[in-house]
Amino acid sequence: MAKTVIIKIKRQDSPKTQSRWEEFELTWKPGMNVISAMMEIAANPVTRSGKATTPIAYDSNCLEEVCGSCAMLINGRARMACSALVDKLEQPITLEPFSKFPVVRDLQVDRNVIFENLKRVKAWVPVDGTYDLGSGPRMSPKEQEETYPVSRCISCCCCMEACPQFNESTGFVGAATIAQVRLFNQHPTGAALKHERLQALMGDGGIQECGFAQNCVEVCPKDIPLTKAIADTGREVMKQAIKDFFRG
Amino acid sequence: MGLIMANPKIIVVGGGLAGLAAVIKIAEAGGNVDLFSIVPVKRSHSVCAQGGINAAKNLKGEGDTPLLHFDDTIYGGDFLANQPPVKAMCEAAPGIIDLLDRMGVPFNRTPEGLLDFRRFGGTLFNRTAFAGATTGQQLLYALDEQVRRYEAEGRVTKYEHWEFLSAVLDGNKTCRGICAMDLRTMEVRTFPADALIIATGGIGAIFGKSTNSVVCTGSAQSALYQQGCYYANAEFIQVHPTSIPGEDKLRLMSESARGEGGRVWVPKNKGDKRDWKSIPAAERFYFLEEWYPKYGNLVPRDVATRAIHRIVYEEGLGIDGQAMVYLDLTHIDRATLDRKLEGILEIYEKFVGDDPREVPMKIFPGMHYTMGGLWVDYKQATNIAGIYACGECDYSIHGANRLGANSLVSCINGGFIAGPEAVQYAKNASKSADAVPSSVFDAERKRQQDANTSLMSANGTENPFKIWRELGELMTKNVTVIRYNKNLKNTDAKLVELLDRFNHINMSDRSMWANTSFIFTRQLYNMLQLSRVIAQGAAMRDESRGAHYKPDFPDRDDKNWLKTTKAYFAADADEPRFEFEPVDVSLIPPRPRRYDAAK
Repeated sequence: MAKTVIIKIKRQDSPKTQSRWEEFELTWKPGMNVISAMMEIAANPVTRSGKATTPIAYDSNCLEEVCGSCAMLINGRARMACSALVDKLEQPITLEPFSKFPVVRDLQVDRNVIFENLKRVKAWVPVDGTYDLGSGPRMSPKEQEETYPVSRCISCCCCMEACPQFNESTGFVGAATIAQVRLFNQHPTGAALKHERLQALMGDGGIQECGFAQNCVEVCPKDIPLTKAIADTGREVMKQAIKDFFRG
Repeated sequence: MGLIMANPKIIVVGGGLAGLAAVIKIAEAGGNVDLFSIVPVKRSHSVCAQGGINAAKNLKGEGDTPLLHFDDTIYGGDFLANQPPVKAMCEAAPGIIDLLDRMGVPFNRTPEGLLDFRRFGGTLFNRTAFAGATTGQQLLYALDEQVRRYEAEGRVTKYEHWEFLSAVLDGNKTCRGICAMDLRTMEVRTFPADALIIATGGIGAIFGKSTNSVVCTGSAQSALYQQGCYYANAEFIQVHPTSIPGEDKLRLMSESARGEGGRVWVPKNKGDKRDWKSIPAAERFYFLEEWYPKYGNLVPRDVATRAIHRIVYEEGLGIDGQAMVYLDLTHIDRATLDRKLEGILEIYEKFVGDDPREVPMKIFPGMHYTMGGLWVDYKQATNIAGIYACGECDYSIHGANRLGANSLVSCINGGFIAGPEAVQYAKNASKSADAVPSSVFDAERKRQQDANTSLMSANGTENPFKIWRELGELMTKNVTVIRYNKNLKNTDAKLVELLDRFNHINMSDRSMWANTSFIFTRQLYNMLQLSRVIAQGAAMRDESRGAHYKPDFPDRDDKNWLKTTKAYFAADADEPRFEFEPVDVSLIPPRPRRYDAAK
């Protein structure tokens, strides 16, 4: 008999309906990943028990782990579906939507909060304009090598899903946004907004909600030094808070 | 003279580099933008560009100039591109790099703290600025951040998770807005605009598996072509020489791997079963270096792709008899590789499981880029008043073949032209979109809603995903690297069959909420229509030029074919028709293109 792959998928038709599980059995192919498995299901949407069903709704785009779209829980772990190779996963493979973001449909969730957070902390370099104003500030290779890894954050939200503090009661902003604050505060021009960024991380839901569980750095698909970014930014926020206090 | 509008409303469709570049220019000029994108714009396909962005900054004392960049681009494109806009782009490129640098792109640096440059295909200069091996991602983020800033100021409204369906055209065939669909609620709505910019990228999905992202279906371009836009040079499809074959897609292995010294080889002896390590240097065939001593592994993409095809299919020298060759980096030290190529090596490691620092990569050509696209003039305007196009979806810059690291610069440059031009057009328009009778919008919305209703109730037996697979296999087999007229004609006949089968589709999912297979099926129809333009365009062009190669017509034929192919849609016949226009070669006289010697 041909080798097969068993996949269990948690499905939900809309934000308001109940979820249910469906099980699929697919013919194994070399180099299969979770995405290609779902493509197989779309071409032949029939469950393991032979019941006709619908293709799975999931977010995806680049399939090279650089766009951040296809994040989901795979065997309980927050990760990207495109880089989840079937041969490296224990079967049955379970696929679930992120648990801390509103479900749209099946494995799609609404992660708009990350983009709102980036707006709140002014995660940009305030350039004067796009006309030709000559080259940017000089930077040593060492500085570049320090900032580049952080600028590779794909806003997948795995770090937020895995964080015990990221929930409705704390309103915690999450590791990804804090790392971006660190990134822009380090940039010579970006630092013009340093004060505002640090202030945005004070108070409820701010950086002090971090409980140092270190789950974020554990699940980050891009190996971003998130805990270091949080520690560095935490010190800066503290300094800023003291300054603000004495300024009254 | 029309009245001058103070704050025109511009719609930009597509949030990759080209779209975001246009948005920034419009917002800066005081315009208001509605930005539409299928995915959150930060997740656009531009993130996939790896190797870098070209600009003749001449920071390596090589005497590089924008004019040399211009010549390389025209020559690399086999003289099919109109020359003035290409020259303008190469002159703008150094300023674009400076701007990106000011926006905070973490470009790699020299010890002195200046921008570092590397070599790419089709040039002998170190002209490519890069940010690790994720240059596209870094550039997209820089523009995304600036757009977010304008969004916070209220100048930009984003409609993410929306799909463009069509332009709203009034009785004079002037664009007055768009019709789009919310990908979650499935609501179909029209949006008025004083001008429209299309920046919807590539068409990879037409070839099934490609290096493109999932959203690169060409659906928007095809919809506009069916509404009356010219589609130009469709037959020019770039197949990247080095991609990693995969079940779900072909992942790109950047040209920068060769730019940093990567060598392409196969065992000299057919059927050599030895492990790569036990094959001595003398028994390895570095065919690119041998056939093209001047450029070696850095010949342009079409040349490298055909060479690999020849090695595999004609000489039978593929590794283990399979359609694969080695791309070898193992002679370069780990530290250098990690510093300059970490991102792409990581991709190979993650998706294949081998470490390319230790083991040569196995690669094969994969569909990568369309040189063809919506026809535009030198101001990025299409032939429909009020519609502009920029980025990969327009045809204007790359001629018959694109040089590596020219795509990012052409996207940003195109957006930087289209944005201000659209604003200018809107300011001079005789009336604003708000003054257009609502019946114009209602009619287009009804047309799209009716199309949805009929598709939603489709009750046949065909599975749209299976039709798509067949489409991809057909196009990849007959309309990529090597083309024969007989196969191209059969392909078009098969496409007509697929379109007919599309009429007997079955929608297994009929829900009206986030119905991803329904949306895909809509796109599939547009893919099928555009495929015919590509196949027929290729059949017509009896010559070989750039990426378009016919063994039966192996030479470039300037006498008969130094001209732009322009397709338009004949609605009554439901098929493309063709016109041709001369190429503007006023700046550099065409000369033979060869890479076995210095040009």
